[in-house]
Amino acid sequence: MMGGAGPLLQRLDELVRPSVTLAVDGQVVTALEGDTVLTAVLLHGAALRQSEFGDGPRAGFCLMGACQDCWVWTEQGTRLRACSTPVTAGLRIVTREVPWPRLG
Amino acid sequence: MAAVNQSDVLILGGGMMGAATAFFLRQRGVSVTLLERGLCGQQASGVNFGNVRRQGRFLPQLPLANRSRLLWSRLPELLGEDVEFLPTGHLRVAYRPEHLAMMEEYRDGSRNYGLELEIIGGNAARDRYPWLSQEVLGGSFSVEDGHANPRLVAPAFARAAKRDGARIVENCDVVAIECEATGFRLESAGGEVWRAPVLQVSAGAWGGRIAASFGEAVPIIARGPQMGVTEPVPYALHPVLGVTTKTVGEVVYLRQVTRGNIVFGGTGHGPADLDTRRAKVMPEITLQQFSQLRRMVPAIGALRIIRTWSGVEGYLRDDRPVMGPSGKVSGLFYAFGFCGHGFQLGPGVGEVMAELIATGSTTTPLAPFHIGRFA
Amino acid sequence: MAAPRVIVVGAGPAGTRAAEVLVAAGLRPVVIDEAADNGGQIYRRQPAGFRRRAEELYGTEAGRARAVHGAFSALRGRIEHWPQSLAWQLRDGTLQVERGGRAHRLDFDRIILATGATDRLLPIPGWTVPGTFSLGAAQIALKAQACAIGRRVIFLGSGPLLYLVAAQYVKAGAQVAAVLDTAPAAARRAALPLMAVRPSLLIKGAALLWRLKRAGVPVHHGVAPLRIEGDSRVSGLVFRDAAGREQRLEGDAVGMGWHLRAESQLADLAGCTFAFDEVSRQWLPRIDADGRSSVDGVYLAGDGVRLAGADAAELGGKLAARAVLQDLGLPPPAGIDAEQLRRSLARMERFRQGLAVAFPWPGDIIAKLSDDTLVCRCEAITAGTLRRSATALEAPEMNRAKAFTRVGMGRCQGRFCGIAGAEILAAARGEPMQAAGRIRSAAPVKPLAVAIEVETP
Repeated sequence: MMGGAGPLLQRLDELVRPSVTLAVDGQVVTALEGDTVLTAVLLHGAALRQSEFGDGPRAGFCLMGACQDCWVWTEQGTRLRACSTPVTAGLRIVTREVPWPRLG
Repeated sequence: MAAVNQSDVLILGGGMMGAATAFFLRQRGVSVTLLERGLCGQQASGVNFGNVRRQGRFLPQLPLANRSRLLWSRLPELLGEDVEFLPTGHLRVAYRPEHLAMMEEYRDGSRNYGLELEIIGGNAARDRYPWLSQEVLGGSFSVEDGHANPRLVAPAFARAAKRDGARIVENCDVVAIECEATGFRLESAGGEVWRAPVLQVSAGAWGGRIAASFGEAVPIIARGPQMGVTEPVPYALHPVLGVTTKTVGEVVYLRQVTRGNIVFGGTGHGPADLDTRRAKVMPEITLQQFSQLRRMVPAIGALRIIRTWSGVEGYLRDDRPVMGPSGKVSGLFYAFGFCGHGFQLGPGVGEVMAELIATGSTTTPLAPFHIGRFA
Repeated sequence: MAAPRVIVVGAGPAGTRAAEVLVAAGLRPVVIDEAADNGGQIYRRQPAGFRRRAEELYGTEAGRARAVHGAFSALRGRIEHWPQSLAWQLRDGTLQVERGGRAHRLDFDRIILATGATDRLLPIPGWTVPGTFSLGAAQIALKAQACAIGRRVIFLGSGPLLYLVAAQYVKAGAQVAAVLDTAPAAARRAALPLMAVRPSLLIKGAALLWRLKRAGVPVHHGVAPLRIEGDSRVSGLVFRDAAGREQRLEGDAVGMGWHLRAESQLADLAGCTFAFDEVSRQWLPRIDADGRSSVDGVYLAGDGVRLAGADAAELGGKLAARAVLQDLGLPPPAGIDAEQLRRSLARMERFRQGLAVAFPWPGDIIAKLSDDTLVCRCEAITAGTLRRSATALEAPEMNRAKAFTRVGMGRCQGRFCGIAGAEILAAARGEPMQAAGRIRSAAPVKPLAVAIEVETP
């Protein structure tokens, strides 16, 4: 399938690992232990965030912590560099909005 | 060749003060040549915080600041380009009652100079700006102050001056300055010579060395502002923010640009070197700024900084610039050493110096800034 | 007298070998790395719980990878290993480090920077569309996550990694739409005399090509990429082939890269002198034959300074550590023949020169990019804006252009637009690329949390 919704990445191997549940834009997503946040999100969709300057969605680029393209927000208003953060149970990622500033 | 390099006025230093003076001299039809060692606006003019702030200034400086503020609104028309000036208002907060009292006192004094400030309590301030912390006890709001992009302003003045007929010479390292019967003779490292009956020294932190060569030594030291900027986030912190306090470690100032980054500085200065033309960002100061940023706007604690920088600024012992005619040499003028608060003044300094040079006097009082105060 | 404090930044091949030599001399170096585990990017380890063998991960380099991993494991307990730690500022004998959300200040007597490299990129229209990754990223996805970057992947760029990653994808069972090399086929023949100094690598390269051919992957030489298509995700790539015909490839992912770009920010912050390297067309810190920089106490090794690959990185790490010991007045380490290491490095340097001839950096393509091409990914700055700063605003070099336009001013600090930006700026001014200079580094080397905890004295 080209275009449209659906995952960006494709899993090829290492399928036998314990699963981890997180939420992406409110939707429950199942990942595997050892996945990065980037992998977990892009196995279910095609964006990590929106460019701040209106040029569209972004989904990471270098995967080695250099390009800083993959910083995502959590619902709690914290920041994660998706390519270098292992996924943990209960994470709640938002790719469409920016929960800042959080008040109180 | 000598005839080509003759003008009415020579300006030494292409920071904001020099470039703005060149521009306003051209507005008056005076021929002017500006000599800049590097590129225009690379040092203090380009690296500063970008505050277009009047409140909190030394009160007798307000006439100059007010004149400058009028020009800020006209810059797009005068320069033909946008320098990202936004009259967002400027809020200074206080964390302690005695500092709130200082604000009230300042408000009473500034009123006589035509600057109206609004003192608001902590809760009222949070109603207006819900991202302010609970620790904020109150604030002083200056509605017509704001901020601009310091990287753009001095080069824009230089370009506009050039467009209007000024000669702007960059990468020109002046190695000799002499007084002749007809005025001043400047020679560059490349051996080129410039002459004019009038010379303005607007060489920032380096101005002290030049003044001293004319027998007018001033107590000036070079220091570097400690600047940083966060990643971009939705535009929410509209006014420029600062703190009124007597403790330097509590001083932090910040502004959010409409693109979303939050620019900040404060809590101290770093060393600067006149010979290498470099200033250091002290990591300890950056880390100290973090706690003061979070103290004022806790939501900034969720962000990352992406860059820090500094540059060479000149500070006089009494925290006031040197501005006006020389006390010793006829035809010599000074506008340097703006002590880290020259950005807002820049356009006004240019207009006032041009007025002073072209007409022999100015309607804006400059006495507190005369170099003779150190004689 | 207390033992001298030596820091090694980077736990890849160069850092590992450097630490090994220091430990053998009786020192206990601090080894700092951003990753959770050692290996660097090239020998990056897969997460715990993954089961693939080294041969599946590293192919022909499995032996090398095992050796470097083994060497590092043997150091445990004899080094101070700081994983997941960011060295964010370096100056005047002090390194600032963020570890576990806390700020640490590490004073040192000597420091070896083995900071490695990233892909070198050039921008093309559409390169920010999701599904476009660097070649290194495509490889990491496979190596560290057992994922492909898409279902039908187009590989674009030039250099050995282009063929290596494409072949690894084929081997792993992914569909590769095509390999698009910007280098003309003739360039490789011209480079043969230089590259013949490492015949084993030539053979490995031929084997990669054979694997791609056998899998039916089209390989195009001498292409000019025109644009990546797709709005919210990649749908294809349009290029001009060597015969000048415009072609469109269907695909949902692009992996792109042109050799390497040195990670030299810490060396820059330390004040090291840089020089323009004609071979790699980028500015590199200057070192002597053993890795001494222009700054006393600062040594450099690996792809962060030489760009000669992982094998050379191991040798450079050893030489730099040897230089540290020598400069500290300590006895030379046993079993290290410096002369031989230098000779080997010189041979690898010739090979590197050959690679640059075989797979040249396509500066001409960059100079011709359309004005609306987004050059700076972080700040969304276009080629046109950059060109205007060079002409109307008279910016003579990249730092001035950065001040005017914000190019290279974002989160990545110009890592992915700086080199291409210099090409665009220089071309707009009719000057050679090196005249556009390089973007000065600034602390923090990578984004630093405002919430970082600071020890109060």
